[in-house]
Amino acid sequence: MDFATVIQILDSALRLMVPLLLACLAGLYSERAGVFDIGLEGKMLMAAFCAASVAYATGNAWLGLLAGIAGAVALAVVHGLASITFRGNQLISGVAINFLASGLTVLLGQKIFGLGGRTPSLEGAARFTEITLPFADALRGVPVLGRIYADLISGHSVLVYLALATVPLTWWVLYRTRFGLRLRAVGENPASVDTAGVSVTRLRYAAVLICGLLCGIAGTYLATAISAGFVKEMTAGRGFIALAALIFAKWRPWGALGACLLFGLLEAIANRFPNLDLGFVTVPSMFMNALPYILTVIILAGFVGRAIPPRAGGEPYVKER
Amino acid sequence: MATDDTPAIELRGISKAFGPVQANKGIDLMVPRGTIHGIIGENGAGKSTLMSILYGFYRPDAGEILIGGRPIVISDSQTAIRAGIGMVFQHFKLVQNFTVLENVILGAEDGRLLRPSLARARGELQRLAREYELQVDPDALIEELSVGHQQRVEILKALYRQADILILDEPTGVLTPAEADHLFRILRGLRDEGKTIILITHKLREIMQITDNVSVMRRGEMVASVKTSETSPAALAELMVGRKVLLRVDKAPATPGAPVLELRGLRMVDAEGVERLRGIDLDIRAGEILGIAGVAGNGQTQLLEILGGYPEAGARLEGEIRLKGQPLPLSGSDGRARRRAGIGHVPEDRQVEGLIMDFSAWENVAFGYQDAPEFNRGPLMDHAAIRADAQGKIERFDVRPPNPDLAAKNFSGGNQQKIVVAREVERNPDLLLIGQPTRGVDIGAIEFIHKRIVALRDAGKAVLLVSVELDEIMALSDRIAVMFDGRIMGERLPKATTSGDLGCLMAGVDPAVVPATEAIPPAQAPGTEPGGGAV
Repeated sequence: MDFATVIQILDSALRLMVPLLLACLAGLYSERAGVFDIGLEGKMLMAAFCAASVAYATGNAWLGLLAGIAGAVALAVVHGLASITFRGNQLISGVAINFLASGLTVLLGQKIFGLGGRTPSLEGAARFTEITLPFADALRGVPVLGRIYADLISGHSVLVYLALATVPLTWWVLYRTRFGLRLRAVGENPASVDTAGVSVTRLRYAAVLICGLLCGIAGTYLATAISAGFVKEMTAGRGFIALAALIFAKWRPWGALGACLLFGLLEAIANRFPNLDLGFVTVPSMFMNALPYILTVIILAGFVGRAIPPRAGGEPYVKER
Repeated sequence: MATDDTPAIELRGISKAFGPVQANKGIDLMVPRGTIHGIIGENGAGKSTLMSILYGFYRPDAGEILIGGRPIVISDSQTAIRAGIGMVFQHFKLVQNFTVLENVILGAEDGRLLRPSLARARGELQRLAREYELQVDPDALIEELSVGHQQRVEILKALYRQADILILDEPTGVLTPAEADHLFRILRGLRDEGKTIILITHKLREIMQITDNVSVMRRGEMVASVKTSETSPAALAELMVGRKVLLRVDKAPATPGAPVLELRGLRMVDAEGVERLRGIDLDIRAGEILGIAGVAGNGQTQLLEILGGYPEAGARLEGEIRLKGQPLPLSGSDGRARRRAGIGHVPEDRQVEGLIMDFSAWENVAFGYQDAPEFNRGPLMDHAAIRADAQGKIERFDVRPPNPDLAAKNFSGGNQQKIVVAREVERNPDLLLIGQPTRGVDIGAIEFIHKRIVALRDAGKAVLLVSVELDEIMALSDRIAVMFDGRIMGERLPKATTSGDLGCLMAGVDPAVVPATEAIPPAQAPGTEPGGGAV
């Protein structure tokens, strides 16, 4: 395998990682605040649809992004109402959101565009296109580092850089700000926050809304950057893989980056080598494509160390006497 | 500006009801500044509700709160904190995987960023540690700290928020005696600095040891407020337990036979390391009712659970239990084996342990005995037989309404209790354990239940009665043992004792040794091992 191939695979891994990373961080905010969210998938899907539709109608990818965020946040509000205000079961609410998004996107897509649930292809300014970082072409000649800069680091859409920046930002928010301290506390022991005179409800809503925001960016990226339009079920289980990555990452931002990078890499390798020839045996493409999902199962089965979820996760907060 | 003789807290006519339950009825309370004020009462007397109202967890239905002479509406905890009230809950409100420092600043941060808050809190904690013996490592995680240290963190949290009034809810329940003594030193130091402290407890020893004034609550009402120096444990015990219409139970003198249950050196240390039973020696003989008196929370519940075969999870046990001379296994949880061995059990909390509230009466009547041959036909349950049996019990025990299909929750408290008593008594056990048999039961049902207990005794069976109602103990028992702090303080014959005498024993004072008003026993009697070490 030559250097150019390695760069290409890594480049591809980076692109494929972005929606996972955004969804994973989205889940991190929500679950760190004690609200389990298996509706990441549905929120991304809804965002992808909204983003593609509005980007097509306006020809502006940024308006598409706003629409994508609005779509995901709307579902996040539903989840917040169900699981915080009405103290419902968070898993059931998440499942409902996934079904809702899955059905609604196709129904609306068919009704509006008549293309069997797809949106029309996006072109030009309706998509987030690759941006070239300064000096990328000039530095390409420098051995190794120049190539890495020009072909791996440069040449992605702005959403990729946004996603990467979200990792240190999330770390900073969680561990260096008042909001982060309270957020972590409310996922561990909401009574401690409540007795300190801080509203558990408001904190949890804030977390759920941030979750919606990040899912919105993730979905927009899927529909307007990595692809050129919305396709039915285009999230393809990424919301669930993101949850697995979140557990793998033990609910920590830098861990989330590592876990998502691993999943992205597996997907990139599967795309690059549909039939991986190891010399003595050829790994069939089906197996390669299934790798991320197999890894998910292994992680969820708890083979990768003990991951302790936020202690108050999944439980609606009720003041005790 | 409030002057020095303005009370720190004044409550006027505070009332609060939860549905039909009146938890607080017209409570008046005045707590002078710079004093330690004890509030004492049994479990369920309404102490915690009252304090939750003060801390903004509940809004009172009626009444007025004055802090430092100014009326105030405490709508949430934030208001309470701003008014200078700090609360140390019985169950700590700490984040286990946060450091001490993070827990202290949580909700009281100085700004949006943590760093300055953490730095200031570190300095403040050092100052408080010096002033009040409140040493805690600020960088330790809560889950690494002992319970006593966790409690200090709770106190530090309140002081960091500049609380002038500190409320502690049952603070010593989870502490070792040494830790409790340290806590009391801290509290005295705080009082001498001018802080006002409210101590909620049901332990008379603590009240006598540390408080300046004491208020007694009973069934949602404030029944007395006195200076601690002008009262005695016996007087407080009587106020707590209350004097009601004298109960009369007609019974012939007991004719006790051979011992049915023998306990030797029974000790129990719970999962948190607190020694709940400190060596119980008891004999209960055939044909006698042994009443165990005591303020709730002195180990009676643990004793019943162990005898019933379901000790608290994680508890360590030692000692000997013999039933009709045969040793019973201590460890493990097997209520069914105990029933087979001939122990019937009417648990203290019928709604949680005695019945399944959503199930019908006839199903409840079979519980615990569902394997009995007469209730089964091959591998299937014989519903007809169970229903017929239930119908019979309902008639004999006059359960109203006499409808076996009604869910347990739809019966009144007295009739629920009759269902449980019928189930256990009609099995004719060699030993009946019966806890709080008449709690929340109407007077008619009380008489009926008492008669059945006496009838069982007259049939030559042994009865272990646990009750916090002194009158019930006096009326029903053939012999009385008083429990205090996991020990049997003494045994008395009902004819040869008085409620004052028993009250002293319930307060941990042996009147035969010292006059009640003069001495308070040490937490640890000489010669016993410290809590938990030897098990």
